Amino acid sequence: MTALAPLQAESPRGNNSTRPSGTPTADSRPVRRSKVKRGLEPWLYLAPAFIVLIALLGYPIFQLINVSLYDYRQAQVSGKAPLRFTGLENYQKLFADPQFWTVLGNTVMFAAACVVLTLLVGSTLAVLATRLRPWVRSTLFIVSLGAWATPAVTGSAVWLFLFDPTLGLVNKTLVSIGLTQFAGHSWTYDKWSGFGLVASEVVWCSFPFVLVTVYAGIQAISTEVIEAARIDGATMPRIARSIMLPMLRPIVIVVTIQSIIWNFKIFSQIYIMTNGGGIAGQNLVLNVYGYQQAFAASLYGLGSALGVIMTALLMAITLVYLRILKRTGEAL
Amino acid sequence: MSAINVSPRTNAPSAADAPQKFRRNGRRRFGADAAALAIAVVVAFPLFWMVLSALKPKTALDAGDAAPFTLEPSLESFGRVLAVNNFGQYFLNSVIVALAVVVISTILAFLAAVALTRYNFKMRTKLLIIILVSQMVPVEALTIPLFFLLRNAGEAIPLVGLNQLGSLVLVHVGFSIPFAIWMLRGFVAAVPVEIEEAARLDGASSFRFVRSILFPLVAPGVVACSVFSFISTWNDFLFAKTFIISAQENQTLPMALLTFFKPDQNDWGAIMAGSVIMTIPVLIFFIAVQRKLVSGLAGAVKG
Repeated sequence: MTALAPLQAESPRGNNSTRPSGTPTADSRPVRRSKVKRGLEPWLYLAPAFIVLIALLGYPIFQLINVSLYDYRQAQVSGKAPLRFTGLENYQKLFADPQFWTVLGNTVMFAAACVVLTLLVGSTLAVLATRLRPWVRSTLFIVSLGAWATPAVTGSAVWLFLFDPTLGLVNKTLVSIGLTQFAGHSWTYDKWSGFGLVASEVVWCSFPFVLVTVYAGIQAISTEVIEAARIDGATMPRIARSIMLPMLRPIVIVVTIQSIIWNFKIFSQIYIMTNGGGIAGQNLVLNVYGYQQAFAASLYGLGSALGVIMTALLMAITLVYLRILKRTGEAL
Repeated sequence: MSAINVSPRTNAPSAADAPQKFRRNGRRRFGADAAALAIAVVVAFPLFWMVLSALKPKTALDAGDAAPFTLEPSLESFGRVLAVNNFGQYFLNSVIVALAVVVISTILAFLAAVALTRYNFKMRTKLLIIILVSQMVPVEALTIPLFFLLRNAGEAIPLVGLNQLGSLVLVHVGFSIPFAIWMLRGFVAAVPVEIEEAARLDGASSFRFVRSILFPLVAPGVVACSVFSFISTWNDFLFAKTFIISAQENQTLPMALLTFFKPDQNDWGAIMAGSVIMTIPVLIFFIAVQRKLVSGLAGAVKG
């Protein structure tokens, strides 16, 4: 759900995006700020949340890095073998392992495909939604919310069932229209069709976020601006290109980066639909790979190193995100 | 159905007025409507198929019945799910964990949001950036250190150790807080400072103001943000899988559902029935708060 967060920071109207977010009016904050300054009080309110965050996020991240520098396997966990500091050996092992590079490639390709498809479907539907009769639009939104709300576990289960080799509706339909080679066809046997199946499920449950957000953005463009452009003789495509797109830019950026982060972290769908990473690990992505290394192969050190790499990549994306937020004039 | 009012401004035209903005002639409009309805059918289809398959008798499913309807709906799949594997117990566990996470994380996040929006202190911006960044941490990667952390914690406080529901509550509270703070921030900031001043003049202490005036005022935002905590906790199967190893009686729904997956002989009727049971609470929550949710996303910050 983190994907939704920064929308708050993003003002949907292009013309006031320089205002600090979260302020009802531009002038009320300075008043509030200057008057309320009471030493320790804010820290009392902050303390409970931050103690929890330090214990359950800060410390584990530190430990993750720490463990990744050790030769840490089942024997070390149970105390039968001494703990050995190995420095960057786990990382060297990974970088020398062709499977790691394959998995990294898979992750990037899979995430990229999901991001592009999600954005494409979501924003196309958002534009379409502005041109619909109200009841049709409501139907579309309700149905999309349904897909959005579906838990990853149950969504994966349903899609697996639809694409089941023998009992699935998709194969049955394909066979009944004469494509008999699909009788008993396994969609997860081939690497790319496996990824395709998972990506379909991912797009299905994540495009509604883009739809709702971009639609809200379009609605927020003031009618007067568009009316004025129309009176000046602008055509609809011209309005879309020269007025709506620039005004939607902040929202599109947020949605894109959120999708990147989100799809990079996908775990449940891959894990469930390809049964833990596919045949011979062909459908592994970084997250699942790290988990398998740690909890299936008991290579906790190696799994942690993968976790660190994953975290570093996401942090890099986040930094880009923060920089863009800053450039668009968004104050925290 | 007016449910989805995504206008981010309070004075924005309602969704129903929008089409005037893009007035089209009748025929093209009809084409768009037809396309949208076709898409809606495709999007809804997996959910429809889930419910339908859950209601079909097992014999029909095993025979590969592909009909988009069933003439003899039965609840036998639900019966099988509830009887085998103690599904009721798992459901209860999921509810307990999710509710505990919602209550704890919302209270903590609300207090933190108060500090971060209604006070001005040196570290404020830095803390906000930390909160934003901590939302991006891939929690799956943290299963390894958390596993060891909980194992050690369990020796001191058994309630939050491995195999206990408390361990799930603990980690989910940790992961829910950053987003909850981020979301509540806008709602808390929207309460006018004049109200605070009035309360102070009337002799209310700072905490009294936060508890008796601020909290009721931002309650709608609290509800919206609690949904996110609820859903992310409810949907999680990774932590349940990793931390609840031997104590089957403390397992939660997603893992219970996965036990129905068996190579080459999946009991699809039971899986679909279990999926329905697991999806319904989330759907109810989503629909109950979607208006606040969407306005919260788009800028309820503006009050």
